Amino acid sequence: MKILWFHLMPYTDLPDDFKQKHPSVWVDIDSRLFDPAKAHRMYNDFMDELEFAAESGFDGVCVNEHHQNGYGLMPSPNLIAASLARRTTHAAIVVMGNSLALYNPPIRVAEEFAMLDCISGGRLVAGFPVGTPMDTCYAYGINPSQLRERYHEAHDLIMKSWQSPDPFVWNGRFTQLRYVNLWPRPIQKPHPPIWIPGGGSVETWRWCAELDYVYAYLSYFGYQAGQATMNGFWEEMRRLGKDRNPFRAGFLQFVGVAESREEALDLYREPAEYFYNRCLHVDARFAAPPGYTSEATIRSKVVSQVLQAASRATDARAFGAPSFEEIVSKGYVIVGSPDEVAQQLREVAVSLNVGQLMLLLQFGNMGRELTFYNTQLFAKRVMPQLGALFEDEWENRWWPKPLVAPALARPREIAH
Amino acid sequence: MRHVRIDGESHRVWERGQGEGLGLLAGMGGLGHWTPFLERLSQERRVVVPSLPGFPGGGAGHHKLDDLVDWISVTLDLLEGAGLAGADLVGHGPGGLLAAEIAALSRGMVGKLVLIAPFGLFDPSEPVADCFARRASEIPSLFCTHPEAFERDLACPPGDDEVEWQLTRLRASEAAARLLWPIGDLGLRKRLHRIVSPTLLLWGSEDRVVPASYAKRFADAMGQRPGIHSVEGAGHRVDLDAPEAAADAILSFLRTPA
Repeated sequence: MKILWFHLMPYTDLPDDFKQKHPSVWVDIDSRLFDPAKAHRMYNDFMDELEFAAESGFDGVCVNEHHQNGYGLMPSPNLIAASLARRTTHAAIVVMGNSLALYNPPIRVAEEFAMLDCISGGRLVAGFPVGTPMDTCYAYGINPSQLRERYHEAHDLIMKSWQSPDPFVWNGRFTQLRYVNLWPRPIQKPHPPIWIPGGGSVETWRWCAELDYVYAYLSYFGYQAGQATMNGFWEEMRRLGKDRNPFRAGFLQFVGVAESREEALDLYREPAEYFYNRCLHVDARFAAPPGYTSEATIRSKVVSQVLQAASRATDARAFGAPSFEEIVSKGYVIVGSPDEVAQQLREVAVSLNVGQLMLLLQFGNMGRELTFYNTQLFAKRVMPQLGALFEDEWENRWWPKPLVAPALARPREIAH
Repeated sequence: MRHVRIDGESHRVWERGQGEGLGLLAGMGGLGHWTPFLERLSQERRVVVPSLPGFPGGGAGHHKLDDLVDWISVTLDLLEGAGLAGADLVGHGPGGLLAAEIAALSRGMVGKLVLIAPFGLFDPSEPVADCFARRASEIPSLFCTHPEAFERDLACPPGDDEVEWQLTRLRASEAAARLLWPIGDLGLRKRLHRIVSPTLLLWGSEDRVVPASYAKRFADAMGQRPGIHSVEGAGHRVDLDAPEAAADAILSFLRTPA
């Protein structure tokens, strides 16, 4: 299986009373809490951590896009990815991703992803999220009733721009271009692997199946809560006649590993509480702009009592304040010794049937030293127990195919 | 009740009362049932209520509407189809925005014009409220000074399916968002001066959505001096908070010779 190291880049210095004094970590978060000098240190630590993860042997490093968000300091993940493309050599660069409806014209995404693929020598995974309501509708003002229409049109335009050998005219509902002629173009043919971060919508599952994309369920609530969604996904794949290739699916999991379970509980309590109580303090006003969720999905949720209950539980979690004991017992964060973590993650991968496992080994206000420790211990003592899973049985058709030596460039060493 | 078909979508048209036709384009949420406000109006006029796309009774054609021109075009189709060409027209909230656009761009379409707390202008120093970033519990008191009137209006109409009614309400929110997102300023200010229909601006004095001070902003941008009537103590859904006072003010304006 593939094991990927994911960074959200949370602002690590939200005050202790953040939840009491501020309505939301997102959209209208108090800008006076942002200290650019501290952010200078954070960004550099975070980028060190991503580079360290790549160096430690993780198969890929992941970045994502958020706007006006106290737990996600990457309005442009492509900037971070560009730096990673130069400072890493083997890891896949997984941009999870660019919210397509936010780019005008959307070929901007095709261009920047092509640049990243060229700079990295063909190591890019192109993630195409619709984007959360907070990012797209509130922070970027996109009409929620048009968001998915814009997303799908942008997707079609980007895919055509990567593959059409000739200039073409685009006459869309939302974008009209007389001359589409992408330059540069991606190394990977016919295009970089496409991964779709999504919630639990049946429409997204069908779309991924139809276009042969990876579906990545990026939940902050761990494998127990993710089970119902992934069961739904695989049931839909079965219904559509698709195989159970685990590499069709990605899943996000928080992990804290230490020499012993006691040490892990001790080390990861504070960053976990910071994440679940401060970073996820999102005002419920921003949860459901009208039209963001399609009527078909709402209808299917109303009809399916199971999903309805699941969605209620998700809402409660999203805006509640779990204790560390709950965070651990419900599996939001897997903590323990290397062997315990390996055993649990193996169970997660097998029970969810997920071959692209994305891990958050930095979360909340976890500092650089602890992040390095977590990452290194995982790479040395957990990863070897997991890496072979699924590899004999299934082909990972959704993994980058980079150039090999001697075609690969080597960035020059910097003299200081 | 009858229906007008536009581009494959069926639009409900309610009609009640005698005499000269009076069109009405409903406000936020649309209309799930015939209200006391409409009943009062229909005692003097033949009230004709066509449903806009996405609002209750208006089908799901809002998904085909990408910009203001699309909305204006379908509204013209609807008014013509409902036999309202040249008739007096009342528009409320988003319906007020469209009524004002029609009166400005197609001068023969509207006789007298009544705008009830219309959207369409936006002054950052006194912003129109964001109706679309609200907890459900905040909504009744946002729209009404008598939240219980709002709750009553929201209830599933007798005989309708509860689940379908919830979906209908969500669709109405989406349709309003499709027209108004993010702030509802679609350039109407540049066209208001073209309105020649005698106009009444009607506002609830306690409107928490489009503040009552917007009446002056509309009046200042118009080439005429419109009438302004404030319904004391009423909120944005003045038709629910003060149905009789609101209807009487409108009927009195319509009775007065131009």
